Amino acid sequence: MKIGVYVCHCGGNISEVVDIKRVMKFAEQQGDVVLVKEHAHMCSDVARKMLVDDIKEHNLDKVVIAACSPQFHGRTFMGTVEKAGLSPYVMEMANIREQCSWPHYYEPEYATKKAKDIVRMAIAKARLDEPLEKKTSPIGKRVLVIGAGIAGIQAALDLGDAGFKVYLVEKEPSIGGKMVKLSRTFPTEDCAACILSPKMADVPANPNIELLTNTEIESISGFLGNYDVVAVKKPRYVDTSKCTACDKCAEVCPVVVPNEHDEGLSSRKAIYLPNPIAVPHSYVLDDKTCLGLFPLACSKCYDVCDPGAINYDQKPERLNFTVDTIIVATGYEIFDPRKKKVYEFARSKNIITALDLERLISLEAEGTSLRPIGKRIAFIQCVGSRDELVGNEYCSRICCMYATKLSQLLKRADPKRDVYVFYIDLRAYGKGFEEYYKRAQRTGVKFIRGRVAELHEDKRTNKVTLKVEDTLTRDIIESEFDLVVLSVGLRPSPGTLKIADTLRLIKSPGGWLQEAHPKFRPVDTLADGVFICGCAQGPKDIPDTVAQASAAAARAIRLMNKGEFEVDPITAFVDEELCSGCGICAGVCPYDAITIELKQGKRVSRVNEVVCQGCGACVAACPSGAQQQRWFMTPQLHAMLSAALGEEVS
Amino acid sequence: MKIAYYPGCTLKTTAKNFETSAIAIARELGIEMVELPRWTCCGTVFSLTADDLIHHVAPIRNLIRVQEMIENGQIEDEKRVLTLCSMCFNTLKRSNLRVKENTEDLKKINDLMYREKDYRAEIEVIQLLELLKEIGFDKLKAKAKNPLKNLRVAPYYGCMILRPIEVGIDDPEDPTIQKDLLEALGAEVIDNPYKKVCCGSYQTVNNKEKVAELAYNILGHAQQEGAEAITTCCPLCAFNLDTRQKEVLKNHPDFQQMPVFYITQLIAVAFGLDNKTFGFNQNYVDPKPLLKKKGLIK
Repeated sequence: MKIGVYVCHCGGNISEVVDIKRVMKFAEQQGDVVLVKEHAHMCSDVARKMLVDDIKEHNLDKVVIAACSPQFHGRTFMGTVEKAGLSPYVMEMANIREQCSWPHYYEPEYATKKAKDIVRMAIAKARLDEPLEKKTSPIGKRVLVIGAGIAGIQAALDLGDAGFKVYLVEKEPSIGGKMVKLSRTFPTEDCAACILSPKMADVPANPNIELLTNTEIESISGFLGNYDVVAVKKPRYVDTSKCTACDKCAEVCPVVVPNEHDEGLSSRKAIYLPNPIAVPHSYVLDDKTCLGLFPLACSKCYDVCDPGAINYDQKPERLNFTVDTIIVATGYEIFDPRKKKVYEFARSKNIITALDLERLISLEAEGTSLRPIGKRIAFIQCVGSRDELVGNEYCSRICCMYATKLSQLLKRADPKRDVYVFYIDLRAYGKGFEEYYKRAQRTGVKFIRGRVAELHEDKRTNKVTLKVEDTLTRDIIESEFDLVVLSVGLRPSPGTLKIADTLRLIKSPGGWLQEAHPKFRPVDTLADGVFICGCAQGPKDIPDTVAQASAAAARAIRLMNKGEFEVDPITAFVDEELCSGCGICAGVCPYDAITIELKQGKRVSRVNEVVCQGCGACVAACPSGAQQQRWFMTPQLHAMLSAALGEEVS
Repeated sequence: MKIAYYPGCTLKTTAKNFETSAIAIARELGIEMVELPRWTCCGTVFSLTADDLIHHVAPIRNLIRVQEMIENGQIEDEKRVLTLCSMCFNTLKRSNLRVKENTEDLKKINDLMYREKDYRAEIEVIQLLELLKEIGFDKLKAKAKNPLKNLRVAPYYGCMILRPIEVGIDDPEDPTIQKDLLEALGAEVIDNPYKKVCCGSYQTVNNKEKVAELAYNILGHAQQEGAEAITTCCPLCAFNLDTRQKEVLKNHPDFQQMPVFYITQLIAVAFGLDNKTFGFNQNYVDPKPLLKKKGLIK
């Protein structure tokens, strides 16, 4: 057997701590090792070419790369080895960066010793590596997109245009998500509804998109290329194909409830149009507040509906369909400022959220004024963001810019207004954002650095007194305002948290969905064929959301376009002789990949290798050693342990 | 139950009424407050300076006294010391926390006091309100023979029992412990948004006018919300809100003076205890006319 060992400097990341020469000398002394080389960047094109040439020239059987984590460059080197004619599974990586030079930066002697151990373990494993064969599995062209805000809409349109069948599921009666509520978008100040409504209209017009509004996902099971979806379509009680949105039903409806679209600032009827640009453009009956349904006590809307669109007898409908890939675009909700008690959100009607203000400004533009905005307005930044007291350490990323936008819209509408923004740091990080911030300053908006300490409403005048330290001048400011706007941060929506459980997706701190790799796989998840985009992954603005949605669509297309996909051979398999069919493995499998079957009268475990992710849980749980995992066979692990413990390995 | 009790300087002088009423209500609830022998200054202001360990000697010495009481079997609650004054509570608890979290500091302080037995950092410092909550406000309600009906009270918290968050006994932004207690005793509790705004603290020594303005702000807003009286458990807050009403009246002639109670005084009234335990003669604004008007005392 001929093993080649390559030690990478990682441009100093490793070589500044680990003594490369000593590691190389150590590797040379190991059995079966015929070639040891070093390189400043093993992942570079020239080094990989060297690797291919060496494998051919020296007839290497196995290769050990002592460099970074296999999570980082495992695939890179597998591809290189394959190019040289070897199986990609005879390449082992010894991680001497993440697991050695980085954590032991201040102890180089120890790091060098540890690097040697790691290399020896990798050599021990490589000796027992066997070439594995890649398999392929067929895949169709059907995608489930969950959530139809701007992220879900964009992903669905891209997929539909590319000829893929899309099921676009939205729990609300209309698509459009949060963007439909916004006044204008920063930094260009386009009217949000005006740029969104053509996209919304494109959805039902696209023949490849099946739009399922008022629908919630109940369960998803299966795997890449074969996800079984169960969804429940809630009754709308209005036939969308017949409704002409004439508004006669709402005129006669006696029930008045707060309007969600206007954040409860205005009211709607129990039968209503979800928003002015709703898609589908049809009324919906809210069965929680309608007087007529159970029992049928009022039928005023039914009586006036000329096209006969109203049907009180609609029942929830269960839908079953199969898809090949899934895109999660379940979005965010705003931070509930009542949790930040110091700002006394609920106590004064003159303390509102920025989303409330978005609605007030939008409605004013349409000619409806719900309340006077006043002459002195203060914005308080970072409400529910960067605040460990409420459990949110992260920056919500959009609040600086939406406050910059809203404040100058108010100032421009009435230059006599005094508009203040109280901030901790002003983060104008995006394209055109700094310029936009400067423009707000020129408009006359006053930006003051300081976290507001107290708000108090004067019960007689309803004005709100704000107390803050200007941390640039060290002055204490105490001033009275007509309106205080809380720039609330973002939280993962309840739908996002629910879908994370359904699909077993990993969550990052804060509850956002975790991407497979923050830099190189930003829209993939660790579940094969499941992609994430928009604010479900983390707070972001509209351009970033749209970019991510298109990226998620492209990543899904990449998997489905060939009609088949490669299945990683690193899966569990069963030695049926040893298996007693006890079923412990099936119980611990997090992917439902294992079934217990009867084979010639004997109960045996069977692993579905397409579903198996190679986590090894069943191997660890198996009491008889019947479950094994390719590339991580028990003898290999024993050899690595022996190497780690310093024993001589035969 | 016998519990170690640390009084502090104010409780023996200007806030004697706080102590007498507290001891009386504790006795009513079956608690005997056993005063620390040879107690010293609590340290007054917690020192944040990293190397200023000498400031923590006084509080830790007092905790050594508690340790001795436990060893001598003088008390039954074998891990805690009770405080009344918010400032003492804050200083003792924070110094205690510092040495609990930092064994090196503990060792240095113990070495400084080589004549004392080593402090083992096992004591916990509590404030009376915490103990009352633990006993249960429903138990207090059962004892209230003379419920505080129709009395509109606005609790005032100050800072020392709320901040910093790791020593605070309640939500620093929206504390409710006094409200829950007073409601159990039958009072009508007014929520004053200024309940946690600074009283001016030691500025009262050299900046009377500033403190009077702060007091006017706190009391004025409480009155605006309909309050007839204030409760507190901090002698310094009580002094600033009560005694400084003299200066407030000078600057704002239309200001209506209002009584400021230690919360224990109102509990004693609700329990129907002996008049002598109230100590109203030490209150600057006499609370008796208000209580008489409400039929709570004779």
